[in-house]
Amino acid sequence: MYFWAHFQQNTIDIMNKIVKKEVFSDKVVRLDIEAPLIAKSRKAGHFVMVKVDEHGERIPLTIASSDTEKGTITLVVQNVGRSSAKLCKLNEGDVIEHVVGPLGKATHIENFGTAVCACGGVGTAPMLPIVEALKKAGNKVITVLAARTKDLIILEEQIRQYSDEVIVMTDDGSYGKKGLVTNGVEEIINREKVDICVTIGPAVMMKFVSLLTKKYNVPTVASLNTIMVDGTGMCGACRVTVGGQTKFVCVDGPEFDAHQVDFDQMIARLGAYKDIEAEDNCKAI
Amino acid sequence: MSEDRNAPWRDELRKTIKAKDRTALERVHMNELDPEYRSHNKEEVNQGLTAEQAMKEAQRCIDCANPTCMQGCPVSIDIPGFIKNIERGEFLQAAKVLKNTSALPAVCGRVCPQEVQCEAQCIHVKMGKQAVAIGHLERFAADYERESGKMDIPVCAPSNGIKVGIIGAGPAGLSCAGDLAKLGYDVTVFEALHEVGGVLKYGIPEFRLPNVIVDVEVEVLRKMGVKFITDCLVGKTVTLEDLQAEGFKCFFVASGAGLPNFMNIPGENLINVLSSNEYLTRVNLMDAANPESDTPVFFGKNVAIIGGGNTAMDSVRTAKRLGAKRSMIVYRRSEQEMPARLEEVKHAKEEGVEFMTLHNPIEYIGDEKGRVKQMRLQKMELGEPDASGRRKPVEIPGAIETIDVDMVIVAIGVSPNPIVPSSIKGLEITKWHTIVVNESMQSSIPVVFAGGDIVRGGATVILAMGDGRRAAAGIDAYLQNKK
Ligand SMILES: Cc1cc2nc3c(=O)[nH]c(=O)nc-3n(C[C@H](O)[C@H](O)[C@H](O)COP(=O)(O)OP(=O)(O)OC[C@H]3O[C@@H](n4cnc5c(N)ncnc54)[C@H](O)[C@@H]3O)c2cc1C
Ligand SMILES: Cc1cc2nc3c(=O)[nH]c(=O)nc-3n(C[C@H](O)[C@H](O)[C@H](O)COP(=O)(O)OP(=O)(O)OC[C@H]3O[C@@H](n4cnc5c(N)ncnc54)[C@H](O)[C@@H]3O)c2cc1C
Ligand code: SF4
Ligand code: SF4
Ligand code: FES
Repeated sequence: MYFWAHFQQNTIDIMNKIVKKEVFSDKVVRLDIEAPLIAKSRKAGHFVMVKVDEHGERIPLTIASSDTEKGTITLVVQNVGRSSAKLCKLNEGDVIEHVVGPLGKATHIENFGTAVCACGGVGTAPMLPIVEALKKAGNKVITVLAARTKDLIILEEQIRQYSDEVIVMTDDGSYGKKGLVTNGVEEIINREKVDICVTIGPAVMMKFVSLLTKKYNVPTVASLNTIMVDGTGMCGACRVTVGGQTKFVCVDGPEFDAHQVDFDQMIARLGAYKDIEAEDNCKAI
Repeated sequence: MSEDRNAPWRDELRKTIKAKDRTALERVHMNELDPEYRSHNKEEVNQGLTAEQAMKEAQRCIDCANPTCMQGCPVSIDIPGFIKNIERGEFLQAAKVLKNTSALPAVCGRVCPQEVQCEAQCIHVKMGKQAVAIGHLERFAADYERESGKMDIPVCAPSNGIKVGIIGAGPAGLSCAGDLAKLGYDVTVFEALHEVGGVLKYGIPEFRLPNVIVDVEVEVLRKMGVKFITDCLVGKTVTLEDLQAEGFKCFFVASGAGLPNFMNIPGENLINVLSSNEYLTRVNLMDAANPESDTPVFFGKNVAIIGGGNTAMDSVRTAKRLGAKRSMIVYRRSEQEMPARLEEVKHAKEEGVEFMTLHNPIEYIGDEKGRVKQMRLQKMELGEPDASGRRKPVEIPGAIETIDVDMVIVAIGVSPNPIVPSSIKGLEITKWHTIVVNESMQSSIPVVFAGGDIVRGGATVILAMGDGRRAAAGIDAYLQNKK
């Protein structure tokens, strides 16, 4: 096996090398990273924890796709703060200090019938492998791609490849239809029978998608992006309340029945370090 | 190899001072940093013994023919053997004696609950005197060796080429790795985190166990040929089947008990209510208090720690060091029942930690942003002894108190992480998710051995190490029989 061949020669540090970088917009990049073991064992829905450098924090990122032949995994990263910015700045040939995974539970995939995939912003990246898997399982897949503005719509081409239909929505109407992700989802529900909805994006967006599909009784899965530290069930930083019970997103999730998730609590918890981070980010500048 | 009690030098040494005079000597006091000074930094509190102090303390040991202290040590360290070497000034030899049984003497000398183990069984105690300071001496010998730069790299048998995989780089995994390497096995340790050391790194703070001490021990293992693969979560990144396909013949699961327990009371998911694991991991492993680090940590001003164990003491003292005005232990029993080491409780008190014993949290109250601002405490009193033999705390009806807090750290125990056990088909586990093993630490699957906290639930460093050693012997016996 690839990994062991290098390991025997003690050249293990060649792992986690960025072999390809693509810039989607000034805030979003795609990185192909050499990580053969993870590439081999990962499934749709899995994520990795990434620590960029010596002082880096451990942040969770979904594995958007992988190439087992080349031994690479693909991450799509949106620059929202200090750690994601560091990652976005790296170039081909650079090495990421630590990458561990695949983590979390894989997405439950079956032929549900008609599936609506509702993603907002960088939620598109983690959605890609799910769209692909749903399509391959025989579902009719309708994807709603939403973002604030045209430049933030990413991976459209890749999503189209596995979707029967793609509805693009922008808040400002600069591309596709003008409106929110929920407008797109509601349009589909009013038009045809939807058997399952999968939603990934900012917590507020998932909350509203969930409220909407609850109204129409459409079973919905949300992939939660809580704050994490270890990503292996060791700390509880990622906990959320689902159906009145505390769950750890990194081991019990990241996907849960959206109608059971306490989104308001999750949104509050996501802001836990906002003030500290804002201060730090100022310091960094 | 045990030191020979009848060796001429030792016979002679015994005769230099009468046993009665030895027992009459006062126990040395280890220098500690001033509480006010140390409660603002992460410098190690205990300063260690000087050579002079150590040799003096070593004189107190009467070199018993039947050393009862050894029965109190879970790994039966040759206690008089190493102490007498200190007394005669052969410090490196003392370290060597320790190394025969313990892979991490510098660690155990610091963190073992000696007062209930070796020192509790010392003959001095039976005579109503203070025990020989076995822990302090152990630390002295190990530190001396490390600082001398003459670390003894144990001689390893010629390589037998048999691959053994160890899962988890805590004390159990490290000690098993050391013993197997000595026997000539090709050992690889797989660790989920980005650093090696387990709780010694992410849990126990610098002021009690500096990281460099663990790093040096790990370096010795590397020199012995042990390979470490970090960022590898066994059961996820690779499975045992993958590793078997790569030629691994046997495994030692030492994945610890890393899953934090919560109480499931209202408000527990508010912001700034966190597990001790999260808090200590942020501060110790991620170095979050250092402005250079990208990982944030909240500097609480009124911090309550729930629990009375070592983890609670480490958390409360850490909070103090990160600038808390009030840092409080909230514990539902009384101080007598606290499982934390006496020394930790003493140090915490000296540093200004408040102890709210016989109090139990029942609810956390948040502000408009969802951050904890108060906690409601139920006052307790002691009732009849329970199954653990400790008097059971019972609620005093209506006695409820509300106090202001801006951070709460929950340190009420840990459970085994199910990732490894649940990835091994057919592995027998208990209802507490610990792995079932026989006396040689072998599980229901013959090639899988296990030890440390994954078998015992939360236990101690020395018990984990003892398990690692026993498993190494078990693995060796098993693999040799198969040949
Ligand atoms: C399972 C999982 C999968 C994820 N997959 C991806 C992915 O594929 N691509 C991607 O770009 N991001 C993904 N994320 C989110 C990513 O982890 C965060 O964007 C990242 O941790 C932010 O770190 P930072 O230091 O750059 O920003 P910070 O400085 O920490 O934060 C900047 C801002 O972002 C907010 N924030 C912090 N953490 C999160 C979070 N986890 N989610 C949402 N907002 C947050 C903060 O409140 C703050 O306002 C995923 C998260 C999870 C839990
Ligand atoms: C804060 C704190 C203070 C303590 N103080 C003391 C003390 O003063 N004295 C004392 O004797 N004991 C103390 N203890 C208890 C002691 O640390 C533990 O009993 C001991 O560390 C257990 O050792 P272990 O090797 O079994 O597990 P751990 O030290 O927990 O190590 C397990 C390792 O396995 C890794 N791992 C887990 N799952 C996987 C996987 N799937 N794949 C790969 N790796 C994995 C973990 O990341 C970890 O590094 C304390 C514990 C804590 C938390
Ligand atoms: S290992 Fe621990 S119990 Fe054993 S002698 Fe040393 S300090 Fe005492
Ligand atoms: S019991 Fe006490 S005096 Fe006797 S050998 Fe042990 S440490 Fe020394
Ligand atoms: S991130 Fe630590 S438990 Fe989930």
